Amino acid sequence: MAPAQFTSTAGSAPVTAPFEVDQPGTDETTDPDIPWIVLVWNDPINLMSYVTWVLQKLFGYSREKATALMLDVHYKGRAVVASGTREKCELDVFRLHEHGLWATMQHDR
Amino acid sequence: MIFRGPIRRTRRGDFDVRLSESERQLLASLVAQLRAALEDDTEAGGAKDPTLKRLFPSAYPDDEHRDLEYRSMVHDDLVARHRASLDTVESTLSATRLDEEALLGWMGAVNDLRLVLGTRLDVSEETELVPDPDDPDAPALAVYGYLGFLLESMVEAVSG
Repeated sequence: MAPAQFTSTAGSAPVTAPFEVDQPGTDETTDPDIPWIVLVWNDPINLMSYVTWVLQKLFGYSREKATALMLDVHYKGRAVVASGTREKCELDVFRLHEHGLWATMQHDR
Repeated sequence: MIFRGPIRRTRRGDFDVRLSESERQLLASLVAQLRAALEDDTEAGGAKDPTLKRLFPSAYPDDEHRDLEYRSMVHDDLVARHRASLDTVESTLSATRLDEEALLGWMGAVNDLRLVLGTRLDVSEETELVPDPDDPDAPALAVYGYLGFLLESMVEAVSG
């Protein structure tokens, strides 16, 4: 992702997320019948602040959780941002695509 | 340090837009160009024009059949969404005050412009946004950098 270009508050140095990253799905249920996950992938265009904001807006995540997911995307290349049935995940992917994020879905293997 | 950009939330909850006439003209021109590129691109499964590919992403990169199904299903909705954002910017281009709904349209349009321009310029995370003035891409890179600055300001304003 592209760091903030005109601020001194973000993206200045590699940062290790100082908090646990909740894996969506695992904190809600361990039901093995939930087979799909939604991934957001790192890309060089989307701003870090924009990705964080989209995750907050679409999924209602706190700023802390959305920031942790964004940092995973940035430093690990991807993050699981949602999970559920195929239909739910497809809708989530579509909403992410509407906002220009690089999102895909797959079986949670 | 709080970043104080050209877009700021007011006490009433809407947004001040402090852009010069030349900035507004630049946006008008870019919005018209993206609209024309979308008009020319009619392929239902995705984008014919490779520089528009980021506006029509894959959902199932490893499953061609499902991906085609997904793309066919969402293509028209995505086109409509991209156009609606461009409409919002065009209809409020000279506004000095935007409500939140209009601001979200501006954010969508500016991000779409960044995705297309960034793809055309093949930017990477190492791309220098203060380019060598002799670089033939320097003007486009400057525009790309400006759009990032504007989007950053809008994200800051809407999150604050």
